[in-house]
Amino acid sequence: MSVLGQVLEHYILLASVIFGIGAIGFLVRSNVLVQLMSVELMLNAVNLALVAYNRVHEGNMGGQRFAFFIIAVAAAEVAVGLAIVLAYYRLKSSVLSEDADTLRH
Amino acid sequence: MSAASALFSICGIACVAGALATVAAKNPVRSAMGLLATIGGIAGLFLLLAAEFLAAIQLIVYAGAIVVLFVFVIMLLGADAAPVREVQGKVAKGLAGGVLAASAGGAVLSLLPTSGKGHALSAALPTHGTVDAIGRSIFTDAIVPFELATALLIVAVVGAIAIARTRPVGPRRLAPAARPTDLFGGPVNPRDDAGRPKENG
Repeated sequence: MSVLGQVLEHYILLASVIFGIGAIGFLVRSNVLVQLMSVELMLNAVNLALVAYNRVHEGNMGGQRFAFFIIAVAAAEVAVGLAIVLAYYRLKSSVLSEDADTLRH
Repeated sequence: MSAASALFSICGIACVAGALATVAAKNPVRSAMGLLATIGGIAGLFLLLAAEFLAAIQLIVYAGAIVVLFVFVIMLLGADAAPVREVQGKVAKGLAGGVLAASAGGAVLSLLPTSGKGHALSAALPTHGTVDAIGRSIFTDAIVPFELATALLIVAVVGAIAIARTRPVGPRRLAPAARPTDLFGGPVNPRDDAGRPKENG
């Protein structure tokens, strides 16, 4: 019996579960705020997988470096995304993604 | 059960429960708190994976900045952030989400070894994941992406300000003095005098 938390695959499975929950949330929920949070969940899951794989490559910091850049890009994405949510709310008085139908027809 | 296994269990449960709360909660504030639990759990897992620097960055950037920004926007929108109107076509969306999640899980499972106990993690090198090691790696191998990331963050901040400061749409208010006769004391041309309201009766 492998010890919990001492095997690489445990982390990868956990990351895939979190990614799946985030993907379902992004598609099922129509509140754009919750959709943005689901995107954050998926980015976090990918970070976890990167760091876990980097753990078995001793002396190589590539995975953790990539996770560092992902965190920087996620911060920029959230800043711009929430600004777009605010502008969208001023335009439509709604935060539901179904109401963003100005380009329809 | 060793301390590492206990920490893995606690952080894993916090991650999954927080992710489920983020997706399932009706109130976006509860979603943000679920996201906070997930982020804290992942920071703990980073500690287990000998990534101390990333654990600190995760807590500072995600829990300290991103979740706070989410809560700020939720409070700014007020009650409208949690609309009571529910979604139509939830079954189709759920199916699409299930297919996406299943394909992601299948891709991961296909990468994992089917036999054996998997890759056991030996004790990490003392230099693995320290600020020293990551800083050396960033400033030697990845100096150009690092500088580009600074440019990206500045552009994102300026862009966020530019987008969030858009004025509300609606009929544009005209300047009060629209006709030339209003700009001056009398008509510019005598024939314009006809439509001008007479002052003093």
